[in-house]
Amino acid sequence: MTDPDSRARWSAPALRARLARRHAAERRFRRLGAAAIVTAMASLALLLASIVWNGHGAFRAAEIRLDIAFPEAAFDAADPRDPVAFETALARADTAALLRDALRALFPEAQSRRDVRALQALVSSGARGALRDALRADPSLLGRSASLWLPADDEVDLFLRGRIARQTPEAERRLSDLQIAWIEQLEAAQRLRRHWNTRFFTSGDSREPELAGVWGAAVGSFLTLLVALGLVFPVGVAAAIYLEEFAPRTRWTDVVEVNINNLAAVPSIVFGLLGLAVFLNTFQLPRSAPLVGGMTLALMTLPTIIITGRAAIQAVPPSIREAARGIGASPVQVVGHHVLPLAMPGILTGTIIGMARALGETAPLLMIGMVAFIVDVPSSFTDAATVLPVQIYLWADSPERAFVEKTSGAVLVLIVFLILMNATAIVLRKRFEGRT
Amino acid sequence: MSMPEPERRERERAGRSCAAPQLRADPSAKMCARGVDVYYGDKHAIKSVDLDIVSDEVTALIGPSGCGKSTFLRCFNRMNDTIPRCRVSGSITLDGEDIHAPDMDVVQLRARVGMVFQKPNPFPKSIYENVAYGPRIHGLASRRVEFDGIVERSLLRAGLWDEVKDRLGEPGTALSGGQQQRLCVARTIAPQPEVVLLDEPTASLDPQGTQRIEELLFTLKKEFTIVIVTHNMQQAARVSDTTTFFYLGGMVETGATRQLFTSPAREETEAYITGRFG
Repeated sequence: MTDPDSRARWSAPALRARLARRHAAERRFRRLGAAAIVTAMASLALLLASIVWNGHGAFRAAEIRLDIAFPEAAFDAADPRDPVAFETALARADTAALLRDALRALFPEAQSRRDVRALQALVSSGARGALRDALRADPSLLGRSASLWLPADDEVDLFLRGRIARQTPEAERRLSDLQIAWIEQLEAAQRLRRHWNTRFFTSGDSREPELAGVWGAAVGSFLTLLVALGLVFPVGVAAAIYLEEFAPRTRWTDVVEVNINNLAAVPSIVFGLLGLAVFLNTFQLPRSAPLVGGMTLALMTLPTIIITGRAAIQAVPPSIREAARGIGASPVQVVGHHVLPLAMPGILTGTIIGMARALGETAPLLMIGMVAFIVDVPSSFTDAATVLPVQIYLWADSPERAFVEKTSGAVLVLIVFLILMNATAIVLRKRFEGRT
Repeated sequence: MSMPEPERRERERAGRSCAAPQLRADPSAKMCARGVDVYYGDKHAIKSVDLDIVSDEVTALIGPSGCGKSTFLRCFNRMNDTIPRCRVSGSITLDGEDIHAPDMDVVQLRARVGMVFQKPNPFPKSIYENVAYGPRIHGLASRRVEFDGIVERSLLRAGLWDEVKDRLGEPGTALSGGQQQRLCVARTIAPQPEVVLLDEPTASLDPQGTQRIEELLFTLKKEFTIVIVTHNMQQAARVSDTTTFFYLGGMVETGATRQLFTSPAREETEAYITGRFG
């Protein structure tokens, strides 16, 4: 059975050494691969951790509890049952005075104009709107007084989180000694808290960090992506199908192919310039609008979707096409009934990758004016809007320190958006794969 | 007299009922090929072949690999149309109609001349959908009951009904190789074609699957005209009525199967069937 010669041959020292080297090389390669994965995961974790560390503050905001009196006289004695008159009264009412009265009741020692101003600075300018909202929600407050949690100024928030050090000389910090003393009194009276910041998720941009939210940018992003998807998906898929299944292989299609590949590598800002020149200047479409942003991003993602779409279509086994043709399916039926359903998971993956890139794109949108400071949440495709990455860029550029964490908070929102999109892609892909 | 030598030899090979090439098709034949040439780019793959496919018979095309028998088979339902740089000339008729005529719809032609491929290629859809697909796209049925009937009948004729009747909703790709090929046969015969082309249908099957397909051919030839390409000579001898031997892109000899296998007229045929080459 055992051939002594062959055993001797295979156990010769030279061969053994060779084998050992081969195993060593194998181990080395595996370790390198594992190290690469670990490095990648570690940098990702580091990135996420730093963003969460910087950004988690954005999700909570300081609030001050004030006992506000709502004398009917301050609201023209308007009847809440008459909505128009009530709204006018709300708009006219001097809510700032109500706030000032409540603050002075708490701190009667603040008498001079300067002190009252410093006192008022503890409360956010958004508190006035909050008062109106409280009245709208509960008109029975008229003529009574109520204890309300109102947004505090961002400096108060920073102080509560220890970001403003007392040791810093008074002239170099944004809060005076007096203000700090008041804050401490408020804290002692349990009139200060840090609470879940709903505003961050429901409002648009603002100059005041404590009032600024991502909702406007998120809606802008959503509308923009909707336009981009609506344009790029049908056009991209149709182009991919035509090039793969119908176009004759000629010099002309080669030229088209090379150009598509080139377009995929064009820097995105060039598409922004194109959008500016064509959509805004030539077609006179509205500036800063999701419509134009979506059109520009559609141009940018089109080559990606065509290329991935073609790859997905190419991956459909030719035998399926033969089978369908052999039974008498017309070319369109071959594509519609067989090729497209089989290629759909791949096409969807490509589309989502393209859309994810579009979601994170800033440069081309700067060119078409989506970088403007926009407070209102857009409600249509032609409203002025901004998008999440541009919002991040704008906030990162703001001088107020509280915007630093808003920036990271918005990045987190953007990442959640991306995860949701990728999850959708996976679900869609699974469904398409399951159906076949 | 003036005919160049190679061409004359080609004409001589033309075989029994096609002794006079370029003439009108034999009225008794279901399909008639006259002077068919196929080019792949510069390559002359099929050289002036004349052949009659007799109604309700099994015609086997045999020959060594690369001799063009599959290419020739694909001419009968114009499957070569879709191959870039492939050019077919000459005339092929189905019941006397030229299949290359401008008013011949290739989609309809393929419903009349169905095809089963070398590798089983069921659609990645349910067994039911695989069979119902042809009738559906050709509008041969509209109500669910009609489709049910067609699916059952086709699967019965393909000898697959008993094995799959309880799981028609399962994907066709989940069947075994032999079952898949029978499913492809069922799919091909579902729209009631007149001619069924089989391109080495058992090449990728085990002996058992091969046997099932061969048995199937005996029942199918009662209803359909069958052309089968095979490189298995025993198979050709077992299943066919007429055998045609292809070599180097030309048709060497055609004749009744028994006669061709026992007393071939030409030397190349004899060499091939006795296993001296190919």
